[in-house]
Amino acid sequence: MTDGSEKRIVKEIKVDLDKCIGCRACEIACSAFHATPKYSSTNPARSRIRVVIDELNDCYVPIRAGDYTPAECTGRHSYTIEGKQYRQCSFCGVSCPSRDLFKEPDSGLPLKCDMCESDPPLEEPMCVQVCPHDALTYEETEEEGEEEETREEMEVGLETLAKRYGLQKIMDAVARMSKSKKD
Amino acid sequence: MRHAETGFNLEIDLSRGSIERVATDPKLTELHLGGQGTAAKILWDRVPPEVEPFSPDNLLIFSAGSLISTPVPGANRTTVDTFSPQTNLYSHSLFGGFFGPELKHAGYDKIVIRGKASDLVYLWIHNDKVEIRDARHLQGKGALEAGEIIKEELKESEAQVAAIGLAGENRVYLSTIEHANSSASRGVGVIMGDKKLKAIAVRGTKDINVARPAELFELCNPMYQAIYDNPYCGDVFLHEDDEEWHVNNFAWGNARARQKGYWNKELEEKWTAISDSVRLRWTACYNCPKDCHQAISYPGRPTYFLKCYSKLTYAMAAYKELDFNYDILGVTQEYGLDGFSTPQLLAFAIELYEAGILTDKDLPEFPSDSGERFFYLVEKIVRREGVGDALANGVYHAARQIGKGAEEYDHNTMKKFEQVPLKLKMINYPYFLMYATGEKMCITQVEGSYPQAPIADKKEREAFVKNWDAAPEKFKKWFSEWEPRTHPSIEACVNITDWNETMHYIDDAIGTCAFLSSFRGQFGGRPPYHLYNLPNIISYATGMDIDTDSLWEIGRRNRTLVRALNIRRGLRRVDEKPPEDHWKIRDPEVETKLLDAYYEFKGWTNDGIPTKETLDKLGLDYVSEDFIERGILTDSEGASSKETSAKKD
Repeated sequence: MTDGSEKRIVKEIKVDLDKCIGCRACEIACSAFHATPKYSSTNPARSRIRVVIDELNDCYVPIRAGDYTPAECTGRHSYTIEGKQYRQCSFCGVSCPSRDLFKEPDSGLPLKCDMCESDPPLEEPMCVQVCPHDALTYEETEEEGEEEETREEMEVGLETLAKRYGLQKIMDAVARMSKSKKD
Repeated sequence: MRHAETGFNLEIDLSRGSIERVATDPKLTELHLGGQGTAAKILWDRVPPEVEPFSPDNLLIFSAGSLISTPVPGANRTTVDTFSPQTNLYSHSLFGGFFGPELKHAGYDKIVIRGKASDLVYLWIHNDKVEIRDARHLQGKGALEAGEIIKEELKESEAQVAAIGLAGENRVYLSTIEHANSSASRGVGVIMGDKKLKAIAVRGTKDINVARPAELFELCNPMYQAIYDNPYCGDVFLHEDDEEWHVNNFAWGNARARQKGYWNKELEEKWTAISDSVRLRWTACYNCPKDCHQAISYPGRPTYFLKCYSKLTYAMAAYKELDFNYDILGVTQEYGLDGFSTPQLLAFAIELYEAGILTDKDLPEFPSDSGERFFYLVEKIVRREGVGDALANGVYHAARQIGKGAEEYDHNTMKKFEQVPLKLKMINYPYFLMYATGEKMCITQVEGSYPQAPIADKKEREAFVKNWDAAPEKFKKWFSEWEPRTHPSIEACVNITDWNETMHYIDDAIGTCAFLSSFRGQFGGRPPYHLYNLPNIISYATGMDIDTDSLWEIGRRNRTLVRALNIRRGLRRVDEKPPEDHWKIRDPEVETKLLDAYYEFKGWTNDGIPTKETLDKLGLDYVSEDFIERGILTDSEGASSKETSAKKD
């Protein structure tokens, strides 16, 4: 596993905002696919993809449910599009305490896109299948050396930290962290 | 558990301020399928003919079709049903967009509104929580503008809003209900205004369940691509920049004359450039891969949505070009004025002025340019100012209120309602029947499955018929034999009318869009939905056991019940005639035969009243009892004159 030739599949849903017609078929298909039993119900509020629509400002943005976070952002951006201001939250995929988006409407449990993982696997995620306008397209790419890359990425981060705080401080912090984890 | 439908209606009484969630009888879905069908049943049960349209006892019913919010693509139409002050008859319209689906997810199939609020209010439906809220601050706001304000104040960007504009508030008979990219036309907005209901906002986060999920999904999933690829469905005309068909065939001004040869390449290039410059995007309704609506940004106007033939109605009525239409639509739609009937009303007023019937006293400082005149008149009408008060009642009533010979200029109404501006040469038999007997007031809501014209080339015709999956066998035979410049037989005409209208009654019960079904078969013969695939779709979604024959039977039942609503309010054979000048060459003898044959085929009396036998067979015994009690039917008319085989092939 360390020979650097590890391969992994990176799944990507590409979104072309100019092609979206705002039909929300992606939301319906997603909620149906993830219903239990499968397809037994539809409910866009349970969908892991939502199209943020602001009709009068010609804004159509499909966003995908990302990770859950227990805390809100401490600072936020706002975006001005065609003269209208949108909060960063408008187009954010994170399931977070500041809003109801990407949470089960009954339980409040977070929802996350799983690229329609199933057995047998789907050729394309459901949302892409029902989008003939190609606002959503699916791409799988093979990337090499996942482990290597991750390590490198972490090393880059560590190096930055070491530069700022000194290596000793970081080693102490790591020791404390691993100790507290054992407790 | 109810499938496809939620099983609940929301009952609102605006006089009392009461709100109730009422469970509905699944048996009624089996009989009427939902949507317009079950709405007609409620109107029959609760609005007797003595109730004036402006009475608090008149109901305004919003119905989400029974397949809405299931995975079935293009099922998103909400019907609005009530009684109209313009016709004093049943009034019906539909709109797409996202409102019906949101209502279903909030847990309701219908909103049934009775009574009148004392001040302007709006309704806020958020799942089980329903409020009647003050809307005085929304007075005079544009329809879409009001929706934006409501979403903002509720902090619910995902709420869907249907609202009236100033026209509805002032009870203009031509008022629409506007929602997102869609409008309910044919005057239903006037009743919403009369009830002082500015808007309905809805947000829903509940599940909709279907009976046989895997089968339904498997059936629906490939349809997205199939509908997308199908060149014969959706709003094909709106996607074309070549407007030859509309500008050469429809009448200009107050539905006066065609301008054959108006269209040319130069104009096409010019108009294409205008459209390209104002279009922000093509957009769709809920769960439909066809993009039939254009978001329009015209300088100086708020963003609005263009759909259907309203692209040209104002321009042609004012003898103007396309840019004028884009400009004025940005004003009239926010006021909530019907894009079909309003242009005719405005052109009618100009004719009255030019004839000296309306004078400078009625129209002070009336501009000389026809376009400026349109803008001027719109302001008068939506405020009911001066002569605008009479005009606001539509062409038929305005003509009689103004008098002085104005009646002569009312030449394109039928049953007191403005008709599509078409003036043609030779009478068309099936169209005569569809116009005369159509209960939905506009030909576009009646025609649609059988092609408008024959195919001259025999080979092409054969090929068309061979792949015509949507058609019952007998229509294939009739079409195969149909030569150009000949009329179909009377028997064929009656059947064509029956098939065409039945498809609309099916669509309007389940919520599928006519552009995917009942309206589109006439152009190309390949509608995605038809009599032979809908039964499976409906069965999988609702759990009902349904086949082609029983589906047709439900369509016939709904059509007959709507007929009964109008019969009870006084509609008779004498009212069933298209505008006098719709065709230059008429044939009174054949027209009589056509109506006779149609009534007989339907099992109606010679005066157009469904017989007891016909009603009872359809399970509408309560209608026949009422008819006999009221003396509408005598006992001797109980039996249908001659039984025709109602069964299709």
